[in-house]
Amino acid sequence: MKVKLREIVPFDKEAEEKAIQKDHGLHPDDKYLKPGRIPHIWCPGCGLGVVLTSFIEGMRRKGLSVDQCAVVSGIGCTGRVAGYLDMDTYHTTHGRAIPFATGLALAKPDLHVTVFSGDGDLFAIGGNHMIHAARRNVNLKVLCVNNFNFGMTGGQVAPTTPLEARTSTTPLGNAEPGFNLPYLAHAAGAIYVARWTTFHPRQLVHSISESLGKKGFTFIEAIAPCPTGYGRPNKLGSGLEEMRYYREMSQIRNGADLRDTEIRLREKIIVGTFINTDRPDFMENYMGKVVARARAKGKGKEKGKAA
Amino acid sequence: MADKDVLTGEHFIHGDAACAEGGIASGCRFFAGYPITPATEVAERMARRLPQVGGVYIQMEDEIASMAAILGASWGGVKSMTSTSGPGFSLMMENIGLGMMTETPCVVVNIQRGGPSTGLPTLVGQADVMQARWGSHGDYGCIALAPASPQECFDFTVDAFNLSEIYRQPVFVLGDEVVGHMTEKVIIPPREELRIVERGKPQAKKEDYLPFDFKGPMPAQMAVAGQGYHVHVTGLTHDERGYPVITDAVQERNIRHIVDKIRKNADKIIRVESVFLDDAEVVVVAYGCTSRVARQAVEDLRSRGVKAGLLRLITIWPFPSNMIRQLAKQVKAFIVPEINYGQVAYEVERTAQGNAEVVLMALMGGSIHRPDEIEESVLEYF
Ligand SMILES: Cc1ncc(C[n+]2csc(CCOP(=O)(O)OP(=O)(O)O)c2C)c(N)n1
Ligand code: SF4
Repeated sequence: MKVKLREIVPFDKEAEEKAIQKDHGLHPDDKYLKPGRIPHIWCPGCGLGVVLTSFIEGMRRKGLSVDQCAVVSGIGCTGRVAGYLDMDTYHTTHGRAIPFATGLALAKPDLHVTVFSGDGDLFAIGGNHMIHAARRNVNLKVLCVNNFNFGMTGGQVAPTTPLEARTSTTPLGNAEPGFNLPYLAHAAGAIYVARWTTFHPRQLVHSISESLGKKGFTFIEAIAPCPTGYGRPNKLGSGLEEMRYYREMSQIRNGADLRDTEIRLREKIIVGTFINTDRPDFMENYMGKVVARARAKGKGKEKGKAA
Repeated sequence: MADKDVLTGEHFIHGDAACAEGGIASGCRFFAGYPITPATEVAERMARRLPQVGGVYIQMEDEIASMAAILGASWGGVKSMTSTSGPGFSLMMENIGLGMMTETPCVVVNIQRGGPSTGLPTLVGQADVMQARWGSHGDYGCIALAPASPQECFDFTVDAFNLSEIYRQPVFVLGDEVVGHMTEKVIIPPREELRIVERGKPQAKKEDYLPFDFKGPMPAQMAVAGQGYHVHVTGLTHDERGYPVITDAVQERNIRHIVDKIRKNADKIIRVESVFLDDAEVVVVAYGCTSRVARQAVEDLRSRGVKAGLLRLITIWPFPSNMIRQLAKQVKAFIVPEINYGQVAYEVERTAQGNAEVVLMALMGGSIHRPDEIEESVLEYF
């Protein structure tokens, strides 16, 4: 058959570069951001910017350069984080950031791989991957932005939406309770578990930097306002007002009993660093037990042959 | 330990094991999979062999995760593969699409069984041909090789790795239960005789490097993690820098590139085996285990003076359309035996453009054709 195609609009590298040079470098954090990617897509009042800045600060605090780090995201407003950071970044499919990152981290064990994704991405469609990666203790740093809803698709119910909360698909109130994420992460095997809100950037930065120093599967829940998807139907007001709500509701309780950290609508939110422990990660077990045995067996055979 | 990666010599192994050895000989050092009959033995061989060569074997929680993990490993700079069968292949489709869109080299071995759904777990099928071509949503180019023996399981897995590196995309080894579980002699050549395409490194400076060059018929050199290029890799429609750009103009460039790199190089990729085609009046078109039976039938017919020929598809995708279009002008009919209710037969019919009759000899799965059935179909034209 004959194929008719529209004329291609070619990539104009020069024009793109000019546009980039115009603004890039004005902000001290620009060296952490890919040139030409700002303005971002997030709504005014969204908590994602705070979490992104906290991540950059956490990296800096830990003394890690962009060349030592990689970020893997799933799909969602949070998933867009990967596209802004000037490092090796991977924006995968919905829910699959963790298994993709598992492959990346095992193939390149010297890289600090952070999975930066939303609560829906990590715990609805990706929930199974999350618990298995925690069980295996893959060397991944999971930073989960919990805004209690599916922001990207316009504010639907998520597995973190509290009982009775309103979303566009629970217009009469949610009939399901939400996951208690720190409890779940701990039960699945995470070696580091913390929860903060965007009202606690200093503690969040501290936890991020602390988790970056751990070898194994770490989990940080960052509660963030989503005025567009969650704030509006639940009458939490603007992003700023939602921040105020988190200030009033949160109670710092490091090392809290994780059975008490469930989040209920209009009740207190317990934040803190809950778990900080160590156990051999996947690679240590694999190299130390499996590969070492294969090597020992191989050597035995060679000896046998010589004898 | 390098001596353990290419097991040069004569082996008596099944097709599944040969796929695994082909992968390891190609430099595959990462395997993620999930057990499924009749492909489990690929994973089992990998679980034993990869630790010997310092590679990573991981059994994931499902095939979605397996496919995602091999893409991640590939971006970590390690050649990677997975293996599965129908139900798992269905689950992999989402991230196969991600692999196509992000131009990620890796190999997926599908040892086909009878479907749909759980179907015939232990028995043969060839009904994933169209799924391999079109299974993930959207447009992309596809390369699928169909081995017909354990030896070819080894050889074609090596070829699949090479093609995946050259064209930067997931490549399929489309085996079947008969070939996967068949045990035969497999000769693994000395390392020097193997042609292995190694992954290069970009030469350009970071400022000048375009990780997704859509201009040429070939993809750009891949910059994997840790090389300092800070590539953004996204399943979203992206421009030459890898930046997401949600416009029709960039979609035109991006998609035409991932389709055209295969379409425009099809003549270089397509491989067939021609048996008695020169003067053939009826041609059997077959692939995988079915081509073994077809060869038997055609040889029998020739020994009786019947002008039959065999076109054996080595690459099912890209499909050898031009060749069939030409042949159609010369032959009376194409006989297409396959273990499905019509997949390659439709392609043959489409490309024959009415110039020759097309006969589909369909089996729904669980058994293979008999040579005498094929001979009978051919003889109807003499
Ligand atoms: C397989 C699949 N199903 C559905 C979608 C549509 N989708 C995009 S983002 C999203 C939810 C994201 O929610 P969350 O992870 O909480 O991220 P947020 O946008 O709130 O940051 C959904 C359902 C998709 N992209 N892929
Ligand atoms: S929808 Fe919510 S999460 Fe998404 S950008 Fe807007 S405020 Fe942020």
